[in-house]
Parts: sequence; structure tokens; C-alpha cells
Amino acid sequence: MGKHVVAPVTDFPQGARRRIEVDGRGIVVFNVKGEYFALLDKCPHNGGSLAQGVITGLLQSDEPGKYSYSRQGEVIRCPWHGWEFDIRTGKSFCSGIRARARPFPVHVEGGGAIVEGPYRAETFPVRVEDSYVVVDA
Amino acid sequence: MTERPADIVDCDIHPAVRSMADLDPWLERRWIEHFRQYGALRNQHYVAGGGYHKSQPNASRRDAYPPEGGPQGSSLPFLRSQHLDQNGITVGILNPLISSQGVRNLQHSAALCRAINHWQAERWVDSEPRLRASIVVPYEDPEASAVEIGRWAGDRRFAQVLLLSRTSFPTGNKRYWPIFAAAAEANLPVGIHAFGNSGWPVSSAGWPSFYLEEMVGHAQTSQSGLVSLVVEGVFERWPALKLVLIESGFTWAPALMARLDRDWAILKSEVPHLRLKPSEYIRRNVWWTSQPLDEPDNKRWLGDIFSWLGWDRLMFSSDYPHWDFDDPARAIMFPAGDDDRARFFAANARFVYGFA
Amino acid sequence: MQIDCDIHPGTPGTAALFAYLPQAWREMSEVRGITDLASINYPDNTPLTARADWRPASGRPATTAALIGAQCLDAFGSDLGILNPLFGIQTLYSDDLAAVYASALNDWTRAEFLERDKRLRASIVVSLENIEMAVAEIERLAADRRFVQVLVLAGSARPLGRRNHWPLYEACVRHQLALAIHAGSELRNPPTALGWPSYYLEDYVANAQAFQVQLTSLFAEGVFNKFPTLRVVMLESGWTWLPPLLWRMSKYWHGLRFEIPWADRSPAEVVRDQVRFSLTPADAPADPARLQRLFEHLGSDELLLFSTDYPHAQFEGAEAYPPGIDGALRDKIGGANVLAAYPRLNEAAP
Repeated sequence: MGKHVVAPVTDFPQGARRRIEVDGRGIVVFNVKGEYFALLDKCPHNGGSLAQGVITGLLQSDEPGKYSYSRQGEVIRCPWHGWEFDIRTGKSFCSGIRARARPFPVHVEGGGAIVEGPYRAETFPVRVEDSYVVVDA
Repeated sequence: MTERPADIVDCDIHPAVRSMADLDPWLERRWIEHFRQYGALRNQHYVAGGGYHKSQPNASRRDAYPPEGGPQGSSLPFLRSQHLDQNGITVGILNPLISSQGVRNLQHSAALCRAINHWQAERWVDSEPRLRASIVVPYEDPEASAVEIGRWAGDRRFAQVLLLSRTSFPTGNKRYWPIFAAAAEANLPVGIHAFGNSGWPVSSAGWPSFYLEEMVGHAQTSQSGLVSLVVEGVFERWPALKLVLIESGFTWAPALMARLDRDWAILKSEVPHLRLKPSEYIRRNVWWTSQPLDEPDNKRWLGDIFSWLGWDRLMFSSDYPHWDFDDPARAIMFPAGDDDRARFFAANARFVYGFA
Repeated sequence: MQIDCDIHPGTPGTAALFAYLPQAWREMSEVRGITDLASINYPDNTPLTARADWRPASGRPATTAALIGAQCLDAFGSDLGILNPLFGIQTLYSDDLAAVYASALNDWTRAEFLERDKRLRASIVVSLENIEMAVAEIERLAADRRFVQVLVLAGSARPLGRRNHWPLYEACVRHQLALAIHAGSELRNPPTALGWPSYYLEDYVANAQAFQVQLTSLFAEGVFNKFPTLRVVMLESGWTWLPPLLWRMSKYWHGLRFEIPWADRSPAEVVRDQVRFSLTPADAPADPARLQRLFEHLGSDELLLFSTDYPHAQFEGAEAYPPGIDGALRDKIGGANVLAAYPRLNEAAP
């Protein structure tokens, strides 16, 4: 495992997503209301790219005909078969499913601690005044 | 996932028009104007389409929008890169689901079908050697359908005659026999693809509430069509006819065959024209495409169905670009021999469709 | 213990019900010539409608408790039998005519059968044309514990999961009555979504697809969520079609969860919890090994309830079971499974 830079914080607004490749695997990172979460970009169902899915809220119900909507912006639907995953945990929302989108730990690091990433040219200047989003993968 | 087969025939790809104007080159002025004013009048509720809204726009993968614009499935270059090349498809059969079949104005239906057949051949197959087309016909006008089949008979760009499953009478009904006669005469298989709008509720118990029920329900409606084909005697009349059930499911087939055989054994005095058991007709004349693959908790149970139906009867299909698409790399996720895989991914389809 | 869950008492004609009709309706029936309500779900003389050795020299089969007692309960060694009358009151279009005949049919069943053989139990037959009146009929009869379920047909006018039916299910739950869905159609819709077949063989085979539609509807609409104690029994439905249907339902549920967000158990779980199937017809594979494998697909030995479907001709001789179902499983299918499906059967004999 190593740290991989995803994007500058300033280039990563709320609601946005960014995708990086690490050793041939795609990782998609989401900014959910100022917090960052990253998932393997491969739906555990059939391998669709979660990065190309649509982000929604969560529709739940205790009883037919009654609906409760919550967690807007926190659910990713696979662009293929529509499986829904909690961006925060990778957990899927269908109780019959045991599959889980693989989450990776994500944190925000100060500009000085960049190791590698798609900006991988280590020769890139470091902007110490910006915060970069970095992923361990 | 195992090593990808070298030869994959995809029996179900859906090309789309960017708009109905794409068909204008092959439509008379009167039909262009007719469509502008009246649309294509079907047994569907909305100007924009069917009664059960899909779960995703165009019922398609969200990642299948072509980079140059247009709906999913409308770009040949993108079909090549995202599907044919990426998934190693050696032959792909086009099954257009564009307003035409089931249009209530039968002359309009025939005109649209003619245009779509030209469009498939000239805009798709002529430019891409891996593709084949399907002859779409105005099946509620069986005589006109026979004419359309005759028009393209012998044209190697076309692999089959295409019907939709929800016909206004059960599909084996004698009124449709000119279609089977023409297909048999032309030595073409008949493919029946799920959907269409019969004008009846989509289930035998009325109209369900949910799209989920419509999707599950294709298993039932396809069974009804198959029962009709068998019991009406279509396979008795045309013993060499090849019938392909496309996007219909197939795991229902062993139980249906057992039921049909049993009930026929009890009631055979009603149907003296049938000389074989129903299951014998089905094993001789019918093939199924694989998508949408059912998902039992234990994948080996799917393997049981393959064994019970026979590895010679099932043919891979992707349904690209629809959302419930099956990736060939993940189609057979249970133990299977190389010969069986080769049959499933290519050899059966090459036999059925006469591809060398 | 063996309980036969699907026996059909024969109704000779409407005249047999006149004693149970109010005078005005009796006269109406005579004046208009309403002589018979047998539906084309079972035309009288097909080989399926009555097995040759159960068909009397003239008239309809199974028209008395004595016949059922001897030819069905005694012959198959059943301790109890559940009557499911199929006289086609459901095909009547008028709310009132349908309700009146439903009541008459139920009273006839009680007087002519339940009163005459203590081994017999029955369904409350209702018309779905007017749900309030159907509920009233249930309320009228519920205190008679010999009625164990409410009977409706698989070919309903609207899918049975739809909410307009729910007062019926509330009444079932309130009175510990199962909901029985039986083969046959109200004929408000054609037997298939492709319209009307040419042959009775197709009509009869089509029942299996109707049951598949109904199970999907009950699941999707959340009937099992709203009524977690409701037991649904599918009668004369076949059951070998069940595993592939559950696989397909489950597949689409995963992708379309947001359409039915109340569904909190998988289709297989709700069936194991709340749905049962009568044994006959089995539509089983001829090979017992394949049947064994099918039971693995089913994932439960609690789903089947013994039935002969008397007097329908589903099998020859005295063996109702398809090959491959052994003694221990037969005990469950004939006894324990049935008692679990029908709470009322566990009560002391009335």
C-alpha cells in the first residue's frame, strides 16, 4: 500500500468525484459534503465502473406506500445494473446482497506529504499552500 | 473469471437511431410527414414511450453514451470500441427495438420496418464485418411480413427474422403462419425478442404496478408464446424451422417442458395434430439466448439448468447497451468444460444462424 | 397424519344452491335461466376435469360428501381434507349477483359437506368484484373454524398484490385464515398476456404463468411486509417453476430496489416464511435424481402440502407423489407442513 494523490482540494468540490488508476486498478474518490471517500472502481456485482454511476439519496420504506428519503448525495448507483452502495462504507443497500464495494481509506494531507499519484511526476512543483487529497492504495 | 473465449457470437445487440429522422433516406415523403403529425401509433401510453418507465434512461447503461453524442447504441464507432473490441465479440447480431413492429397503422408499420432493415444493412452491417442484422417485420400484418422477408431472403447481411414477444394473439396462432412459412422458405431462423405491446395487460392477471414486475414478467410472456408455437403446431408444420427466444430467460424452460408434456399426455385428444411430445419439439426447434442470466445464490444451480436444457441449446447474448447487460467474461461462473463453453459462446450460434 | 389440501366438491348446477339463496335471487335465477356457473376453467368432459374412475355414469363428479369420503379420503388414507369449490361465481360481473352466489356456495359447502363428514374443512369462496362485500362474507363465516382459508383465482382482474385487495388480507390475518390462490381465471383478462389461446391445453398450462405473476406481485407490492403473518397457499399451481422465478425476481430486485424500498427480505426468504404450494400437479422431472437436485434449488422441505386434486386427473392409481419423495419427507408434506400452514387445523375438532 502507498499514498496516491488524487486531486487538489480546491479542484475537488462537494458532490464531485475523481478517478485514479493504481497498478491497473481504478479507484474512484467522492467528495460527500466535504468528506472524502474512495471505492474500488469496480462494482462487486459484475464489474461495472462505479465512477460512471449516478449519485443519489437513499429511498427507504417501513411500509408499502410510505417513503422516507435521506442521505442525499451519499449513494452511488452502478451504471450497469443499478446496485446501490453507501459511498461512506461501500455497503450495498439491498438486504439480500452480501457484496460490498471495496472501500479504501481516504484522508486529506497537507501539501508536503505527497508521495505519488496521477500527478505522478515527482518533478511537479508542490504547492504547499494548497491541500491535496491523497489516497492510500 | 476465466480466460476469454477466442470466438464469441453475441446474439443480442441493440442499435439505436439518434432520432427517427435517421430513417428518412428510406421512407417515402408521406410517411415522414405522417410520423411528424401522428407519431407511430402503438399500444403504448405515452408519446415518449411505454407504460412502465425504465430504471435508467433508454433502459441502458449510463456509461454507454457515445462520446460524440446521441443515445446509447447509436454510434457504430463506440459500439466497436466499448463492446465489440473490448469484449472480443467476433460476430454480433443486431436486434433493433425501434418503433416499427406493433405499430397499429399496418402500412406505417411496414414502411418503418422496411426503412429499419435498410438502415441496419447500410449504416451498420456494410461498415462492420462482425455485424449481422435481423429482418424486422410488421408481424400484425403477416402477409406484409412475408413480403418483407422475401425482400431480404438470401441477403447474407441478415441472420434471422425478428418478432417481438408480446404479439396481439399468441405467437403460434394461425394468423401468423405466413411469417413462419416465409422464414422457412428463406431458410432463416425466427428470433422472438422480449417486449412489444400486445394491447392486452402485460400479465394474465392484469396490469402490475412496477417496472420490476414487467421485467420479471417477460419470463411468463415468453413461456406463453412458446407454448402457443408448440401447441398450435408451428414446429409440426415446419420441422426444420429454428426458433430463438431472445432476452426471454431460459431457466424456466425445464419446468415448463415437464408441465407441457404432462398436460399434453392428459389432453392430447384435443391436439391430434401434434405427433411428438411438446418437449421433443422444443428440443428440436428451439434455442435460447442467455441474457438476462438469473442469479441464484449458488451459481452451480445455473449450471444445472444448462445441463438439463442441454449445452447445445443456449447461446451467449449481451443485450448491449441495456442496463441488465451480461458481460461475456462473467457469463459462465460455474464449472464448465471447454467444449461446452465453446458451444455456448459461439458454435451453437454459428450452427443456428449458418455463420461459417 | 395426512391432510389433503385440494379437493373439489362438484356443484351440479345453480339449482343445487337454491336452498341457500334468498327467495328473490332464486326466482331471479329461474326467471332468467341462470342454470349453471361452471366456468371454462374446467369444461365438464375433458380428460383432466375428472379421472375416469371418479367420473359417475352421469352428471358431475364429487357431488356428495360420501363420494369424497370414500374415493378421496379413504382411498388415499387422508385424515382430513380441504374443499376448494370451483363453481365459477368469480366470473359473474355484477357485484351483487356474485356476492349472493358466493354466499350460497359457501353455505352449500357447509351444509352438504362439512356437516356430513367431520374430516372435511373448506375455503371461503369470494368474488373480488367488490372487496367490501368479500370482506363481509369472510366476517360472516369466520367464526366457523372449519373454514381454513379464503379462496381466489390465479387469473385475477388485477394482480393480487395490489392495494385494493388489502382489506381482504387484513380480514384473513384477523381471523387466522390463509389466502388460497387456486388455478383458474376470472376471465377478466385473457389466459395469457398475448391474448386468447386456441386450445384448452394452453389455457391450463397458462395457470403456471399466472401463479408466477401473482407471486411476483405479492412480493413487489409488499404484501408480505404489510402482512407478515399472512400465509399464502398456491393450489394446483405446480411448484417446479419456483426456483428459477425466485432467481429472476432476486436479480431484478437488486437493481430495482428503489422501486420497492419496503422489501426487506429476499424473494426466497418470503416464500420460505409465508408461501406454500400444494403437491399436485407436481410437474416433476421423471428422473428422481433431478427431483432431488430441484429440492436443493428450493432450499426447503417445508414448502409442499399434500394434495390429490381430486377429482381432477393428474395421476393414475393411488400414488399421488411423484417418484423420488421418500417416507420422512412424505410425513412432513402430509402432516407437519400442512398444520404449519393452517393455524385453524391445529385447533380441536369443532
